[in-house]
Amino acid sequence: MATQRGTGLPSRLDALLRRPRPRVVSLVGLALVGVLAVWLLVNLVKNPQDFFTVFLIGLTTGTVYALAALGYTLVYGILQLINFAHGDVFALSGLFASTMILTVFELTEESAAIVIVLGLLATTLVVIAFGATVNAVIERVAYRRLLAAPRVTLLIAAVGMSFLVQNIALAIYDVNFRRVPELIPRSNVFSIGGVNYQWNKLSVILITVPVLLALIWLVSSTRQGKAMRATAQNPDAAAMVGIDVARTISFTFALAGALAGIGALLFLLQFNIRYDTGFELGLIAFTAAVLGGIGNLTGAVLGAVTIGLIQAFNEGLSWYTPGSDWTRSIVFGVLIAILVFRPQGLLGEQTPDRA
Amino acid sequence: MSEPRGSESPEHARHPATGGGLGPVGEAWSGLPPIVRRLLPLGVVLALALAYPYIVSDLRGFGVAGDFFPQLSSVVIILVFTMMAVGLNVVVGYCGLLDLGYVAFYAAGAYTAGWLASGHFQQVNFHLGSVGISSEAAGIHISLFLVLLLAGVFTAAAGIVIGLPTLRLRGDYLAIVTLGFGEIIPQVVRNGDDFGGFNATNGTFGINPIDSPGFGTSLSDAVGLPASFQQSFQRERLFYWSILALILFTVFCCVRLRDSRLGRAWIAIREDETAAAAMGIPLMRTKTWAYAIGAFFGGIAGAFYASFKSGAFPSDFFFNISVFLLCMVILGGLGSVWGVVAGGVLLGWLNVEGLAVLGSKFNDAAGTNIEIAKYQFGIYGAIIVVMMLFRPTGLIPEQRRKRELEEGVHDESLYEVSK
Repeated sequence: MATQRGTGLPSRLDALLRRPRPRVVSLVGLALVGVLAVWLLVNLVKNPQDFFTVFLIGLTTGTVYALAALGYTLVYGILQLINFAHGDVFALSGLFASTMILTVFELTEESAAIVIVLGLLATTLVVIAFGATVNAVIERVAYRRLLAAPRVTLLIAAVGMSFLVQNIALAIYDVNFRRVPELIPRSNVFSIGGVNYQWNKLSVILITVPVLLALIWLVSSTRQGKAMRATAQNPDAAAMVGIDVARTISFTFALAGALAGIGALLFLLQFNIRYDTGFELGLIAFTAAVLGGIGNLTGAVLGAVTIGLIQAFNEGLSWYTPGSDWTRSIVFGVLIAILVFRPQGLLGEQTPDRA
Repeated sequence: MSEPRGSESPEHARHPATGGGLGPVGEAWSGLPPIVRRLLPLGVVLALALAYPYIVSDLRGFGVAGDFFPQLSSVVIILVFTMMAVGLNVVVGYCGLLDLGYVAFYAAGAYTAGWLASGHFQQVNFHLGSVGISSEAAGIHISLFLVLLLAGVFTAAAGIVIGLPTLRLRGDYLAIVTLGFGEIIPQVVRNGDDFGGFNATNGTFGINPIDSPGFGTSLSDAVGLPASFQQSFQRERLFYWSILALILFTVFCCVRLRDSRLGRAWIAIREDETAAAAMGIPLMRTKTWAYAIGAFFGGIAGAFYASFKSGAFPSDFFFNISVFLLCMVILGGLGSVWGVVAGGVLLGWLNVEGLAVLGSKFNDAAGTNIEIAKYQFGIYGAIIVVMMLFRPTGLIPEQRRKRELEEGVHDESLYEVSK
């Protein structure tokens, strides 16, 4: 019938008419992206200095989010589980790091540079071990018995675990915010046209990037990484070729916990932290993971940086900006928009339907 | 894997369902006609519930044990949350959709009451069966009984709007999106005092006072029905009986729905979505119905609670409430209406009075000074995890779900893990 209609028309026009039309949904999605682009552009033109300052803030925050988002994406990739407790493990690790810095190593702004460096290095190692242990223990205690149960059971257990971990942090650290002294100087790395960038912000990126490279190497080039990818792809087949699936899952949880530990330390050096910080942060990080395409490591980083930028732009720009009152709504709005318009995420390999 | 089916020993088979080896009481019980056996426990519970306002002060005087009986005003709150849990059970228990944002429906219901039955919109003056206030008072004042219904309908519509874009996602994505809506709606409410100059929600101050339910002075004079619940000397009793009636209505609807064509479709979707679709069940429409009906009851409960408290405040709606309600459903038994009522009453009591009472008793006995109420959500979290690990069917399991879990009729399991 289509050919019937097509006869008489020039062939190129015919091809154009028969081209699959974009669905209304994707048009709406494109329109939203367009509005966002225009908004950013107008802000850039009106006040470039603010724009770039805010951009750098967003980049730093986004990098910290990336470390948390990777934890979600690693666990989701292997178990298809949203590990709700991950954000709370992040917060608990951060609080633990504050104990290490304040009480064990007693670092202050006046400490000698070498003491600060060594102290932070030691804290990093301890916090990595802490995060990895906590996450692996959670998996062993709460999730392992449920791996063969219906999926919703596991998910509900994860929600319960999140509250449990949060209250453990509450019991140990009470409700007060914890902060650490400015161990990394706030002096400028560069200052171009009124746009400043400080060492304490750059240090976040200097630490995160090697960690990410190491992670990608681990997953793509080592034996353990191969086992993880095999388990994510098909656990039954992986078990059949001799992979210890339970151990691989434990390892993945420990790895996610270790990343949360590093992320929490970096977060602590930038912001203050308390027992319930992990809840909102976890939601943001999960959104970032979904935005990038859940199960995709590079995607998680990209998504986290995007979310960090969106948050910073929302809180820092001036022209038609909703402001920090609306940050949470905007982050979730992004999440919902992504799931509606592009469920596979920016770089997604998996779609929610497949999960 | 353990083999739950191994429990079908021959001895077990000889005593099916009821009776066997329960002693004389059990024998007498199984001798009763089935209809009596079904309705007797319900009748006893209902009679006790109806009489509770008259005996509560005596019960609370019973020395040490008396502290465990909640005050009437606390019972109203307990029952409001129980009603929400029964509504949530439609979504989570029947249809298997994990909804972590149920608090959004509670908020929608409460604010519907705030809009339609208070002086919030000073620019208009609309009265329809309002009680207990001057007929010149500005604002929209619609009879609270009507507002309850409107709140239910509005919230159900909100449920459909939320559901449409998200219900095509499966399982865990739905959980996170509902969680997102559960976070967005309170924030919108909190910041909603200035939408381009229009004050929709009065921001952090909330809307108060909200009108009271009642039958008005003319009915009061004619047949003695209470004119206005809030102004009555029997305020708490009136609210108590109202929420009891609402709960019974909810439970009745839920039980009937479960056995309806729609309810069977929900359970089919819960058990196996693909198979349900293959049998011709329209997935989207059926799930949206579950969402809308769950929201309907949440909205009514929210509006009722707003009227009882005479206000709707944004600080009432936070994520923890959603998890608290979920915990009620899980403790009672996913899909089991009576279980959810039991779980709701138990946890509601813990929340409103129980933890404080137990905490002070514990502290007196052990000489410690722990604020147990501070860790209430940790306790709920622990309950959730423990229930999932050791008794995923809940306290009063729903028969079908129990079989489902025992026989392993569910989504393909990822793999079997050697223990």
